[in-house]
Amino acid sequence: MKSCSGLEKVLTEGRFAVTAEIGPPKHASAEKIIEYAKMLKGWVDAVNITDNQTAIVRLSSIAAGVHLYNNGVEPVIQVTCRDRNRIAMQSDLMGAYSLGMCNVLCLSGDHQKFGNHPQAKNVYDVDSIQLIDMVRGMRDDKKFQCGEDIKEHQPKYFIGAVANPFADPFEFRVLRLEKKINAGADFIQTQSIFDMNRFEKFMNMVRQRGLHKKVHILAGVTPLKSARAARFIQKNVAGMIVPDEVIERMEKVEDQKGEGIKIATEQIQQLKKIEGVAGVHIMAINWEDMVPEIVEKAGLKNY
Amino acid sequence: MIIAEPKPIQEVAEYIKEYHKVLVVGCGGCTSVCLSGGETEADILATSLRILRKKEGQKLETVVTTATRQCEPEFIDGLKELVDEAEAVISLGCGVGVQFLAERFQEKWVLPALNTILAGGTVQPGQWEERCGLCGDCQLHLTGGICPVIRCAKSIQNGPCGGSQNGVCEISTEMPCAWQLIYEKLTVLNRLDLMLAYRPAKDWSKERSGGPRKMKREDAAL
Repeated sequence: MKSCSGLEKVLTEGRFAVTAEIGPPKHASAEKIIEYAKMLKGWVDAVNITDNQTAIVRLSSIAAGVHLYNNGVEPVIQVTCRDRNRIAMQSDLMGAYSLGMCNVLCLSGDHQKFGNHPQAKNVYDVDSIQLIDMVRGMRDDKKFQCGEDIKEHQPKYFIGAVANPFADPFEFRVLRLEKKINAGADFIQTQSIFDMNRFEKFMNMVRQRGLHKKVHILAGVTPLKSARAARFIQKNVAGMIVPDEVIERMEKVEDQKGEGIKIATEQIQQLKKIEGVAGVHIMAINWEDMVPEIVEKAGLKNY
Repeated sequence: MIIAEPKPIQEVAEYIKEYHKVLVVGCGGCTSVCLSGGETEADILATSLRILRKKEGQKLETVVTTATRQCEPEFIDGLKELVDEAEAVISLGCGVGVQFLAERFQEKWVLPALNTILAGGTVQPGQWEERCGLCGDCQLHLTGGICPVIRCAKSIQNGPCGGSQNGVCEISTEMPCAWQLIYEKLTVLNRLDLMLAYRPAKDWSKERSGGPRKMKREDAAL
């Protein structure tokens, strides 16, 4: 084991992992996070907490992680490159580790243009791959990014990264994933999958390069709430693909929410059969309370 | 070159509201080439300011002149007499020009008429685009001559990020993804290996993070 992570244990043992995602609140109370912790405990292996997603100010990822941890849920803290330089990142990584965090997800972060402070100055001192390399260096080389030794108590994180099979250039996506693995990524969360054909093609390329043996890939699943929401994602969210068939299927039924859950459940069952998929990451945006039902319906509850 | 754009005229009028005689200094360098701060633009600005003042029922006297380049002392020394006679100076130079005038004429308010926006070039008549981030550590030999520091909205060194789709950046469908451009160029050059190689964290101490920079050349010194 490289880290203190329970998620690492699950994945290393070859069990199909289930993780969920929650977005911290836009206020200073932990109440909702604790409520989610109680709801998700026992249903998932870890819960990923976003770091001011879409550049909207929220309660910090690390603080939310501590609340989860204190309530018996293993957190995956997100760290984006948008808001902090290498000094702040390393400091926060050590601080979070001292509070019991063992999983980190490294990503570049949504541009501030999308958020509620579009006038902000972004940082991007390091990019996501350089961040992965920095966390790995702190753990394995026992060095700060500058090369100085961390003489004792190095933070030993289980290092996550993201991959987006739906972004372009498509052929380069697998090669970029490989760059992330080489930099030190231990596990991968993919962007939400709606276009299964494209994901299958992606995984095919992953297997051709043997990458599924070097990294644990968690396939991203997002239940759609309505045909309208699906259409919105299709038209407005960069880096996502929602095929027309999915939207048409949603449109045909009365109970669109139910259909959304059904699609997600079917997807999970399909994903489980793909060689190289080590687990699923369920991103039920503003719909976190559906996670236990999805896990149960997909037949993943094995506790 | 440096590209600058005119500030809204009301904003400039506000800067000088307490003065009755101002010197308007155009620049014959970059801001003249990008049609924001040359002789013609200086004339138009002075006239506009006078009209605005007249509408308020008051008077404004303007004197207009243009320096060959405001960023060189030898071209601004000669303005001394005109500056002395004015209560304030409006510069149509870039941020460098404004500061050179302010440094040279310590007792005068020197006010900017332009917003300096980028280091770039003319992509078509009337359209200028950013090309250089002045990072002090040029890496264009690794990226097929396309700069990710300034042309990627996140200055990513190992791109493209997950927001690149259909060739455009996540922040605007009008903006090409720099890393998509790099990918295409390196493919043509058969040098995709450059994009596969990990690029370590950049040394930003060579750009403005390291403080104001200087360049010295002994052979050019007097």
